Amino acid sequence: MTHTHDITRRNFIVGTAAAGAGLTLGFYAPLGGTAPLAAEQAHEVNAWVVVKPDDTVVIRIARSEMGQGTLTGLAQLVAEELECDWSKVTTEYPTPGQNLARGRVWGSFFTTGSRGIRGSHEYVRQGGAAARQLLIEAAAIRWKAEPAECQTAASVITHVPTGRTTTYGAVAGEAADLAAPFDVALKDPKDWKIAGKPLPRLDTADKVTGKQVYGTDINLPGMLNAAIKACPVFGGTLKNYDEAKVSRMPGVRKIVPVGDDAVAVVADTWWRAQKALDALPVTWDFGPNAKASSTDSAQTLRQGLEAKDAYIGNRAGDIDAALANAATRVEADYAYPHQAHATMEPMNATALWTKNKCEVWCPTQSGEAALAATARAAGLPRSRCDVYKLHLGGGFGRRGAFHDFVEQAVTIAKELPGTPVKLIWSREEDMTHDHYHPLTQARLVGALDENGDLTGLRVRISGQSIIASVMPGRMSSGADMFVFQCLAKGGDHAISYDIPNLLFDHAMHNPHVPPGFWRGVNANQNVVYMECFIDELAHAAGKDPLAFRRKLLSKNPKSLAVLDAVAERAGWDKPAQAGVGRGLAVCKAYGSYVAACAEVSLKDTRDLKIHRIVAATDPGVAVNPRQIEMQMEGSFVYGLSALLYGECTVKEGRIEQQNFDSYEVMRLAEMPQVETIVMPSGGFWGGVGEPTIAVAAPAVLNAIFAASGKRFRQVPLKNAGLRPT
Amino acid sequence: MVKLNVNGEAVDLDVEEDTPLLWALREHLDLTGTKYGCGIAQCGACAVHIDGEVVLSCALPIDSIPKGAKIVTIEGLSPKGDHPIQKAWVELDVPQCGYCQPGIIMTAAALLAKNPKPSDAEIDEAITNICRCGTYARIRQGIHRAAGRRV
Ligand code: FES
Ligand code: FES
Repeated sequence: MTHTHDITRRNFIVGTAAAGAGLTLGFYAPLGGTAPLAAEQAHEVNAWVVVKPDDTVVIRIARSEMGQGTLTGLAQLVAEELECDWSKVTTEYPTPGQNLARGRVWGSFFTTGSRGIRGSHEYVRQGGAAARQLLIEAAAIRWKAEPAECQTAASVITHVPTGRTTTYGAVAGEAADLAAPFDVALKDPKDWKIAGKPLPRLDTADKVTGKQVYGTDINLPGMLNAAIKACPVFGGTLKNYDEAKVSRMPGVRKIVPVGDDAVAVVADTWWRAQKALDALPVTWDFGPNAKASSTDSAQTLRQGLEAKDAYIGNRAGDIDAALANAATRVEADYAYPHQAHATMEPMNATALWTKNKCEVWCPTQSGEAALAATARAAGLPRSRCDVYKLHLGGGFGRRGAFHDFVEQAVTIAKELPGTPVKLIWSREEDMTHDHYHPLTQARLVGALDENGDLTGLRVRISGQSIIASVMPGRMSSGADMFVFQCLAKGGDHAISYDIPNLLFDHAMHNPHVPPGFWRGVNANQNVVYMECFIDELAHAAGKDPLAFRRKLLSKNPKSLAVLDAVAERAGWDKPAQAGVGRGLAVCKAYGSYVAACAEVSLKDTRDLKIHRIVAATDPGVAVNPRQIEMQMEGSFVYGLSALLYGECTVKEGRIEQQNFDSYEVMRLAEMPQVETIVMPSGGFWGGVGEPTIAVAAPAVLNAIFAASGKRFRQVPLKNAGLRPT
Repeated sequence: MVKLNVNGEAVDLDVEEDTPLLWALREHLDLTGTKYGCGIAQCGACAVHIDGEVVLSCALPIDSIPKGAKIVTIEGLSPKGDHPIQKAWVELDVPQCGYCQPGIIMTAAALLAKNPKPSDAEIDEAITNICRCGTYARIRQGIHRAAGRRV
């Protein structure tokens, strides 16, 4: 066996392992190199695996848990290769500061793009496999035996020729001193015993007793609380405020400007801080966007549907000829609004700043980006900062690319050196200062020949680019190729259909409302555009929507399989109940193949009843089928909330919706019956959290058409007077 | 000074009288299981029991709480986290992010206390909480499962 020597490995503070899930106070405590807790009891076998004498295994999880179940899935993958006792597995988050200090031994912390598992499965499994080898080797050395003669199961090592046994906990200390193996083999998923199984989540117990500590729940000794208000108009600035009016209110300690566009009140409690903030007279300079409105943006986007200049995202054949020679030409315009993430837990972060060090406790989808934001705001190098992640009360893309709340918390804490300050955004602040679902419209033109077959498709997308705003460095010659999610030529977001002549392009118009990644991202609107229009084409061709799609999918067996699965389960070949319409949608998103069939009825052109949705996914490998089902169910609630209600409108440069009374979301009574089909075909790793959200809305829209003959082309449906019943 | 009875204990609080119960619980009694989600009685994240009734604590100034009223929070729902609703929640893995769940569990527990076998329609009516992760299907199953177990 060859070895590389990992000398930094032993320097790591294994004491954090003693804190279990990393969420007990022991994990927060070190404010300057306090002795690690029970360091001698927990042995770091390698970066991923810490073993205690009682055989408890602490698996390190770099990605964030925000409800999507990644924590459990990643632990299953490590445990599978480690062959440890699953009933004794706990987890903890390494910090981004530790990752930095150890040469990014845990890789990326990013938990976005449904990449938590598919982006790290290989090296976390290798981590588990390497730890197992080290434990075996330690036992073999003790026994003066050959590692190859040893077997492992449920944290027990057996020397086969002699029948001697020991446990991981007994040899972990010696294993920790051995050099890491150079190369490890991974199991074939078909041999999995822990991974691939529908195991219960590891993080449920504390979530039903109120013990789970979220960012909003942090309480540090001597901590103060801050409430914040940023200029309601994006791009505006803070002019001044009348401190004297509130500085004597109960509990108020300090009022601080934050950046150039916000002001915060710091008080002993958050309630008092927010109350004083509400009473604080503030004047703003609303800046250049003070007159911006949704009506104006819609107008500009409509012009973009006809603009001459556009970035081409996908092209094949000769679309002009196809349209010119069409027996039937179909054309339709669609639109999709700004939407807020509205995570149940509002944005928050707790910061403790001194001139030598800055620490932050926060929910984040990217610990490393949070660390960078901390360092930036603290005016310190990253090596003098750290971020302690907490499970998120919802992420949905809001807490991945953006750490505005972290920068604000640090900026405030800098005014109070040595005092921890917890910043919580009010719901109103959260809803009016989001990074919103991008605003787009689309015009689709299709060509059918005399047989009713699709010969050409032109899709013009007009509107907002997330990448131009958030990651301008990722633009390709001015174009945002991510705009073409689910319409691309190939890759994770390839178009499902085989269409001989096509042209998809994007006329970019970026309104002043900041866009962001919103669970599903551009797949959400693009699959509405594509799948509803395919339905329109099928109707124009006089064909059954399933048969019409099947023909276009003849070269795409995986998409065909998920589509057939939902059609079969829904009973497509038998007529639906009277008054009920069925609608289909299919796409490839985040590397997975997904489809849905919805059944709805519409009464008095107003009362919408979504009876049932059957959804299927082929994510390649299914690490935890039960979690996948839960993600599919949840994604439909998120996606149908967007379809039914989701809209943030702009008036005088600001978002009009401030709270859940005006930004409605789906509630339990409106939830349809969701039936899920998880059908992993093996050989690839697709995403789970996002793909199915994209098929929710179009399946329902197509079912509404089937039920009522009415075609709705604008999201949300509340604007057309539809209400779920 | 305001006197309250929380989870069976008498407590004195030195807070302004218009302080919502939610913030009195979270910031003065360190009972952070009860969550802030909207502050305007819309989402149910802050649900607690007062004399067995579900109350949205974010919209309830503490001076309006009747003297001697018994307040129960998620921390006081069951001694060991073993209320039938909590058990069903664990078995079905109801929570995703979990942030809305204390409020939903309190609401569901109050429903079962009054109506040991709620119908789907009764569940629809009682559980108006918001869950952005979309755990509604399992919440419904969880309530039925817990109901089925009660004597
Ligand atoms: S926080 Fe009380 S109902 Fe939302
Ligand atoms: S479990 Fe996340 S909001 Fe309900």
